[in-house]
Amino acid sequence: MEFQLSFLASGDVPSLLLSGLMTTLRLFCGAWILGFVVALALVALRTIPLAPVTMLVAAFVAYHRNVPTVVQIMVWYFGMPAVLPEPVRLWVNHSDTEFLFALVALGLNVSAYMSEDIRSGLRAIPHTQLEAARSIGLGAFAALRYVTLPQAIRISLPPLINRSLILFKDTSLAMAIGVAELTYQVKAIENLTFRSFEVFTASTLLYLAGSLTLMGIGAWFASHYPPPYRG
Amino acid sequence: MLDILHRYWTLFLVGSWPNGPLGGFAATLILAGSGILSSFPLAIGLGMARVSPLGWFRWPATVWVYTFRGIPLIMIIFWAYFVMPVMTGYKVPPFATALCAIVVYESAFLAEIVRAGLHGLPPGQIEAARSIGLSYGQAMRHVILPQALVNMIPSLVNQFVSTIKATSIVYIIGVEEVTFAALQVNSVEMTRALQTFLVLAGYYFVACASLTYVARRIEMHIAQRRMQPAGQKTLVAGVVESAG
Repeated sequence: MEFQLSFLASGDVPSLLLSGLMTTLRLFCGAWILGFVVALALVALRTIPLAPVTMLVAAFVAYHRNVPTVVQIMVWYFGMPAVLPEPVRLWVNHSDTEFLFALVALGLNVSAYMSEDIRSGLRAIPHTQLEAARSIGLGAFAALRYVTLPQAIRISLPPLINRSLILFKDTSLAMAIGVAELTYQVKAIENLTFRSFEVFTASTLLYLAGSLTLMGIGAWFASHYPPPYRG
Repeated sequence: MLDILHRYWTLFLVGSWPNGPLGGFAATLILAGSGILSSFPLAIGLGMARVSPLGWFRWPATVWVYTFRGIPLIMIIFWAYFVMPVMTGYKVPPFATALCAIVVYESAFLAEIVRAGLHGLPPGQIEAARSIGLSYGQAMRHVILPQALVNMIPSLVNQFVSTIKATSIVYIIGVEEVTFAALQVNSVEMTRALQTFLVLAGYYFVACASLTYVARRIEMHIAQRRMQPAGQKTLVAGVVESAG
């Protein structure tokens, strides 16, 4: 059996690969946005000086960092329907169930890592920044929102982009619960046609293109926005 | 949840062993441990090639690292599953297939850790080693690598944690590790999926959280040794000190 590039343009193959790629990108973007929003909320919650709140956030982060992503996806997909409230469950069951659970699991997973990245960026900012912000009359939340957080996000951009790359690769784990993303479609095409070499090459190149783009963005940011001078 | 753990803890821990092959979390640890150990020599070679002044070494290593860091582990497993029988002419068991995929995948990440360790040393180290007459190989073997490796220990432990978590996907080609065991339990205990998968999560959590803790302790220990004044240093601390 020799390598036939034309196979990739035959029959349903291009449309299956394309729909898989689109699902992968939708999953990536959706989980990224969910993750970033939840991460900001976690960072804000952590600034509340109440032991129970701090411990809850720490437990959330520890769970998501120490349990494999695919297990988290399984907990959501197999486990959560039993405990979700009835209306939510009905709504999920009537929409794209697998996709939604994968998106939530991946989003919450990446939020834990992102919140830690932003928090370590926050720690790098001199305490006088916060004191100055509070002394000109900003509240605790406004000081975080307008003064410290924007600087912290800039400092934590390199780890955030690196984390986005891992999220992009982790979208392939959604195939475990049957989300029809790129890896799932690759396996489906392979099962139908046994053209493993061609279809694996195509999907490997697609993943590589996405990853190298993200790595390129990271390198661009690192050279155009070097860490601020700290005297 | 506790009765799931009570009833199936051996299945989670060792699979169907001793009546069948060793599986469960023991298999997960063996797969991750042997994966990272086997990929280490490869990673040292790749890491050294990545900092080599010779393009013939540097470029292939760079392509290797970027490629395998850029594609998901599942894709590498698919490739191994497809390529290995063709190359060897035999039907390769799932465990060996998964191990090969993990070795290739981890070599790329470990190589970057090795590279960072080598970059962390002041250039004066290699210059001094060469100027007392050591060859490049001798300088690497006796001066550079021993120092770089000590600094890398925390990162290596963290990478071991990542590897344990990464192995959770290999059930897909039929390796009977702990996630495979949980899916078996789930197909028996149909109605208690949440408890089953939380028990599974618990196994990973305990192992990964304690290893991460160990890594942090080692890191603090190394940093502390480095801060000590010159008179109190032991031999090992002296090696670490000159690295910082």
